[in-house]
Amino acid sequence: MIKIGYQFFVQPLVGGALIGIAASILLLFNGLVAGVSGILNRAFEERWRLAFIGGLVSGGAGVFYLTGIRGVTAFEDLTAIGVPQTILAGLLVGFGTMLGSGCTSGHGVCGISRFSIRSIVATILFILAGFLTVTLMLKVLR
Amino acid sequence: MKVLIAFISGVIFAGGLAVGGMTQPQKIVAFLDFAGNWDPSLLFVMVGAISVHAVAYRLIRLRKKPVLDSDFFLPRDEVVSKRLALGALIFGVGWGLGGYCPGPAIASLATFAIRPLVFVVSMVVGMFLFRWIFRDVRNEHG
Repeated sequence: MIKIGYQFFVQPLVGGALIGIAASILLLFNGLVAGVSGILNRAFEERWRLAFIGGLVSGGAGVFYLTGIRGVTAFEDLTAIGVPQTILAGLLVGFGTMLGSGCTSGHGVCGISRFSIRSIVATILFILAGFLTVTLMLKVLR
Repeated sequence: MKVLIAFISGVIFAGGLAVGGMTQPQKIVAFLDFAGNWDPSLLFVMVGAISVHAVAYRLIRLRKKPVLDSDFFLPRDEVVSKRLALGALIFGVGWGLGGYCPGPAIASLATFAIRPLVFVVSMVVGMFLFRWIFRDVRNEHG
């Protein structure tokens, strides 16, 4: 079964286009790649890095406020995933993105847009690993 | 000015993530659960982002330099290394376990919910762990 509907198709395309615009602005003006894991890694070394992270949180706050007054859920605090699992997930994401030099934004969006073979391989591998992990996880839970 | 641009890019980026549904971990888990009730949102977010940025990237690279700097800062390494592959796989496992990749997790800090905070702190710890383990190894860009 595939989920079909506005929120699974049009909204993602619009959201994706916004992400593409954000990455293009950073490249056009500053000449930089909008790879979130890399930016976070050295966030306190350069001011633009901290500004980008601050922008992410501020943008999140704006959406949280705007959707809140309309009663729309834009953020989910996934309680089905316990705190120990969240800690393990965070550790793996932090370590893995440093070892693999990028995450969904740096490889999945910016790298693939440059047709970088490294990024295409990395994206295939992290989606594959995520798929296997979720499949096993849900098998255990179900 | 470069700091302001980075901030604006971050704000738009977070908006795109939220509109695309990427700040809802259960949608990421549902995307990675191909065998279940598949949620294609993430695919369309990537299609939207890459469509915009792949075109913009090529137009921007027609310029000799970005608007506010003397050069573009782009990864040059094009070798698919074991390190890249292993890093991507580890990231993918964490992504599946937690339902967060770095961007959405940071944007979700704005909600003051517990899980994004636990995730982001763990992610930063994972990055420091990487730096400590690989403190003598040459940096690889990707």
